[in-house]
Amino acid sequence: MTKKHLLALFLSFICIISLKAQESYPVNGSKDERPRLFALINATIITGNGNTIQDGTILINKDKLDYVGKNIKVPESYVVYDAKGKYIYPSFIDLYSTYGIEQASSGARASWGAPQVFETQKEGAYAWNEAIRSENKAYKVFSADHKSAENLHSFGFGAVQTIAYDGIVRGSASLVSLSKERENMIIISPESSVNYSFNKGSSRNSYPSSIMGSVALLRQTYYDADWYSTQSDEFNISLREFKRLQKLTQVFETSGLTDYYRINRLQDEFGVKYLIKANGEEYKRLDFVKSMNSPLIVPLNFPKAPKVDNPMEASALSLSQLKHWELAPSNPSQLETQGFTFAITSAGISKSTDFWKNLRLSIAHGLTEEQALKSLTSIPAKLIGVEHLLGSLDKGKIANLLVVDQPIFNPNAQILENWVQGNQYILKSDIVNISGSYQVGSDKLEIEGKPPYKATYNGKAVRLTQEGSHVWIHPNDGNLLSIEAYIASRDPFVLQGHQLKENGETSPWKAIQTGSKTSSPQEKSKEVDLNLGDIVYPFNGYGYTQIPSAQTTLFKNVKVWTNEAEGVLEQADVLIEKGKIKAIGTNLKAPAQAVVVEGEGKHLTPGIIDEHSHLALESWNEAAQAVSAEVRMLDAVNPEDINIYRQLAGGVTSSHLLHGSANPIGGQSQLIKLRWGETPEGLKYNNTHKSIKFALGENVKQSSRSSTGNRFPQTRMGVEQVFEDAFTRAYEYKKAKSKKSVQFRKDLELEAIVEILDGERDITCHSYVQSEINMLLELSDKMNFKINTFTHGLEAYKLADKIVERGISVGTFADWWGYKYEVIEATPFNASLLNQQNVLVAINSDDQEMGRRLNQEAAKMIKYGNTSEEDALKMVTLNPAKMLHIDDKVGSIKVGKDADLVLWSDNPLSIYAVAEQTYIEGVKYWDVQENEEKQNQMALEKARLLKKLLRTQTPKQN
Amino acid sequence: MKKIFLLYIYICFAGHLFAQATIYPAAQQAESIRIDGATIHIGNGETITNGSVVFDKGVITYVGDVQGAPSSAKVINATGKQLFPGFIAPNTNLGLVEIEAVKATVDFAEIGENNAHVRSIVAYNTDSKVIPTIKFNGILLAQTTPRGGLISGSSSIVQLDAWNWEDAAYKIDDGIHVHWPALNTNRFRFMSDGQIAEAKKQIEVRKTSLLSFVKEAKAYAVNSSDNTVTNARLAAFNKVLDGSSNLYVHVESAKDIRDAVLTFTDLGLKPVLVGASEAHLALDLLKQHDIAVILKQTHRLPSKEDEDVSLPYKQANMLYEAGVLFAFAVDGFWEQRNLPFMAGTAVAYGLPYEEAVKSLSLNTAKILGIDKQTGSIEVGKDANFIVTIGDALDMGGNKLIHAFIQGRNTEVNSLHKQLYDRYNHKYAQ
Repeated sequence: MTKKHLLALFLSFICIISLKAQESYPVNGSKDERPRLFALINATIITGNGNTIQDGTILINKDKLDYVGKNIKVPESYVVYDAKGKYIYPSFIDLYSTYGIEQASSGARASWGAPQVFETQKEGAYAWNEAIRSENKAYKVFSADHKSAENLHSFGFGAVQTIAYDGIVRGSASLVSLSKERENMIIISPESSVNYSFNKGSSRNSYPSSIMGSVALLRQTYYDADWYSTQSDEFNISLREFKRLQKLTQVFETSGLTDYYRINRLQDEFGVKYLIKANGEEYKRLDFVKSMNSPLIVPLNFPKAPKVDNPMEASALSLSQLKHWELAPSNPSQLETQGFTFAITSAGISKSTDFWKNLRLSIAHGLTEEQALKSLTSIPAKLIGVEHLLGSLDKGKIANLLVVDQPIFNPNAQILENWVQGNQYILKSDIVNISGSYQVGSDKLEIEGKPPYKATYNGKAVRLTQEGSHVWIHPNDGNLLSIEAYIASRDPFVLQGHQLKENGETSPWKAIQTGSKTSSPQEKSKEVDLNLGDIVYPFNGYGYTQIPSAQTTLFKNVKVWTNEAEGVLEQADVLIEKGKIKAIGTNLKAPAQAVVVEGEGKHLTPGIIDEHSHLALESWNEAAQAVSAEVRMLDAVNPEDINIYRQLAGGVTSSHLLHGSANPIGGQSQLIKLRWGETPEGLKYNNTHKSIKFALGENVKQSSRSSTGNRFPQTRMGVEQVFEDAFTRAYEYKKAKSKKSVQFRKDLELEAIVEILDGERDITCHSYVQSEINMLLELSDKMNFKINTFTHGLEAYKLADKIVERGISVGTFADWWGYKYEVIEATPFNASLLNQQNVLVAINSDDQEMGRRLNQEAAKMIKYGNTSEEDALKMVTLNPAKMLHIDDKVGSIKVGKDADLVLWSDNPLSIYAVAEQTYIEGVKYWDVQENEEKQNQMALEKARLLKKLLRTQTPKQN
Repeated sequence: MKKIFLLYIYICFAGHLFAQATIYPAAQQAESIRIDGATIHIGNGETITNGSVVFDKGVITYVGDVQGAPSSAKVINATGKQLFPGFIAPNTNLGLVEIEAVKATVDFAEIGENNAHVRSIVAYNTDSKVIPTIKFNGILLAQTTPRGGLISGSSSIVQLDAWNWEDAAYKIDDGIHVHWPALNTNRFRFMSDGQIAEAKKQIEVRKTSLLSFVKEAKAYAVNSSDNTVTNARLAAFNKVLDGSSNLYVHVESAKDIRDAVLTFTDLGLKPVLVGASEAHLALDLLKQHDIAVILKQTHRLPSKEDEDVSLPYKQANMLYEAGVLFAFAVDGFWEQRNLPFMAGTAVAYGLPYEEAVKSLSLNTAKILGIDKQTGSIEVGKDANFIVTIGDALDMGGNKLIHAFIQGRNTEVNSLHKQLYDRYNHKYAQ
């Protein structure tokens, strides 16, 4: 819509209360178009572009500002409003609103066990997946809702960007004004941005069923949109629109901290820059969010104070919840300090009083008033490219302004008027302030402050009510009778009226002002306790205020389980420096500043490596399709998971995070080191083999569904065909790709499978019974791919000969069985038997409880099958390192390898062993004694926070 | 189609059930036996090094040093070995389920809220392949326990070497299991005030229903001859009221523990708590009312984010130091084979070793009400014990040489060992 066109639209008749007729609309009766020329004079004008004008004048011509300044004589054709003593600001802009758009409920989603939906159910030439809704346009469904508009006026908003919050790609949003007119007149920018989230919303497609599936779908959509414009075979509205919308501001909604990690990867991969809808947790990882260099839309919906009156229920409150309650109001000020560009939104807040309470709370926590104003005016305008229309009081811009009785961020400031598109909306009628000292005959009346006044009559408190020019005075006790009066004259004020007597008679009454206005006593704003706790990484009780670093450490006289040819060294010294094992020997000298650990009676082993884990994952099954090779477990990693710390307490240093077993080809695995306190990127075990999860058997054929599933495969026969088909397509894809055609469509699913064929991606295959293991062995021979590991492999012992022949390893449970039919011939002797048959075998957990006792699980092999202690330890250290192809760096205690070590109180294969210290690359992440200290600190911090909470919850005293 | 599917399951099953048909329950003890030279962990906190145990007709007749031991028909040399009372697994699903995911094999949870009248013993499957795998690790007795609802029914205690459930029964209907209605406060952060209030209301409704039932059962028992109707549930509860059966109350949080203990003691009943993951926060109360606890599985994660990382490991010792009677336990059925290791871990976190043994044997027997017959190596008690090559609480040492139940020399074997042997055979070919 051109500017000219806009102007033409606005050259139309206005009536403040009723609808405005439009140029193109017929008129019923006589036309009633008015000049709409208004002047606001004598005001303090805060223009929003850095200037403050005292005694300034604003001229409004229809919906636009004609003049803002102080050196003008108002032409006589203007209606003049005297704004003496008042403050004028640009109206606020909210970039994240639902105004006038009916939001979809996500309740349409199918219940668990219902038939799966593979393709869109929507009629028309749209995307295959309903979560991709690039064709949606807010301006098509926008319906102005004047009641909501009035509510938003009281927040201070004059324009909002309104969005249909549904799906992963949500189509375009519109910037609309809050003028109470027809939609035709108030859509300022019909397509102001395009919106994204990781939430599939009301989509009926089963895919995606996981967070990493959501990311994968969006990734593929970017590639598909590129491909779409190169081809002519297919017409697809969603892809076409997706491509077209790329030129707009790209807004991405977050619902938690981990969304930032995902968005960051998307920004890197596709070279996009999003305007990010924040969620209030940014302060928890300020450095990371800052590094993304993205502007933010910041909400003020701080967490409600948890109820703590019942101490036993209060104990269910975690320190992380309490700390978030305390620190959330400091989020905006921290963003300001860090130099973020951010807008403020009222999203999540429905009442203006709550919005202002929280905005002032943010200011009390250090947000400057200048920033607050910018974040509500000029910044949002600029972020969606409408700074030429909105955001400050400048000639030519839309006449959206606020008239306030005092500086707007003052504790008791009231917005009196909100002018939108030149239309005056009165929020509070401006009452004449009658405060002062009065003489009533020989009596004295004192009126203080502003309505509701504090008043005394001869020193006794009375209730004084004012409504326009009318004043009532009522007794607080029975001694004084009611008075009704009006403001008879001003300067000085004279109040004149009648006093009602007990006998029902009235007598004249008159009060004359004798003293000037008593200044309104500054109402004490509720005191904010700004003594805030530390921000810790990760954000829970066991987090660090400062991320620890590697220490040069010398372990003295310790029993060393090397996992090398030297075997177990009694009474040896091990020196670690710069994260590596520097020396192993006896009588090693401690370098200066080295920490010396007395190891007498203790045992030092390589860190435990869990080959099969779902630790620190927000979800782990993308279950909607038989093949989901495109999903990446990294996209689901949550570094705040307390179980990371618990694993460290069990001596675990690395975990192989696998996709679940809901489908034959799962997702791309992620190997991590348990660097507690880091971001997902910091947890990543770098430069390792890529890997992927495969699965066979009951889970992939959906045996646990109460009704028969509709997803292929439902039998082990079908499972084979899924693999055969996937590899066949991968071969075809590889061939097509090598032709380098312009029209080649990049397919992330097949890319991952081609990596398997190219030997770049290892297969970890969830498996149980021998028939299915045998099937995959044969298929891998036939289709020429390599299997790296059978995980679980509970019947692998039946095929040890075939497995060892192909150089495949097995990662298994120590003793699990009984939980499903396919474990009917599982045996805890499995690992020992495989080990005896020279299969590389590991004991893994697949479980966070077992994960922290893997040394015990390995020790069970001594009982079941007489495995030696050293071999048993290798099953949770060196052997998994070999399987993961990281045994050149970890898995044994050897000079030059990473200092991933565990100090045990006892023989690590004994039930009595306690992990006392756990190191990763020389950084001590677990120390049993420091942990005790940490727990004391946590108790103190929790007590402080509960006390603070109780203070805020003390009933108000009147 | 469904029929074919069921048939398929049945055929698979039948085939496998016979896989261990060669493991036979042992014959009655035919002659007196003396075991010499072992370190005897009596189960009451004491030990005898280089001791002797003599038993005849299933009953222990001598415990002491080797020198003073009477002669017997058969002597077993166990020098350097260890002898423990047979471990007792309380609160298990053993014999009530074969495969968790196959509904047809699941028999531990009856439909409905109040099943005071149902009895686990009749569903106990002595032919379960799981049972020998449990005995393989030193567990000789188990409490086979129903689950679900507000009142789950009666458990029974069985010995793990039997042809049928009547033979297996060690104490029939040893107690009724009640699940104290509990709020999940961990869910509060995801709930609105209204939802929390509604959840609290529902809990109160369930509590009221439980209490009315107990009160009505009391009245029913007193006026048994006047009752105009016969009620199986009320009648079943009588054995709890007359003290011949235990009242097991499954409860977790400190607040619920307090509620449950105060409520039942007010009614003149003394509950045994099961689970009680926050028992360490209610020690005074437990001590004051002399309440025993069947512990929640030691190998578990802390229940709250801030909780001490090692709390589940330390909890047993906290109860011991406070003087609260407790027994180790493990959730589930096949998992019971790890019961001794729960005790081992508790030792690593402070519990004295012999106290750990006691809480697998005599303390458990006391809590279950079978300490007159078993739970320790003492004269007059059933000859229920194991001989191991090493420390039965440690994985490396937990290798059984003998497992005697009521004097019967039972076979230490299992499907798992047989599969191992079978494939050793294959690879030796």
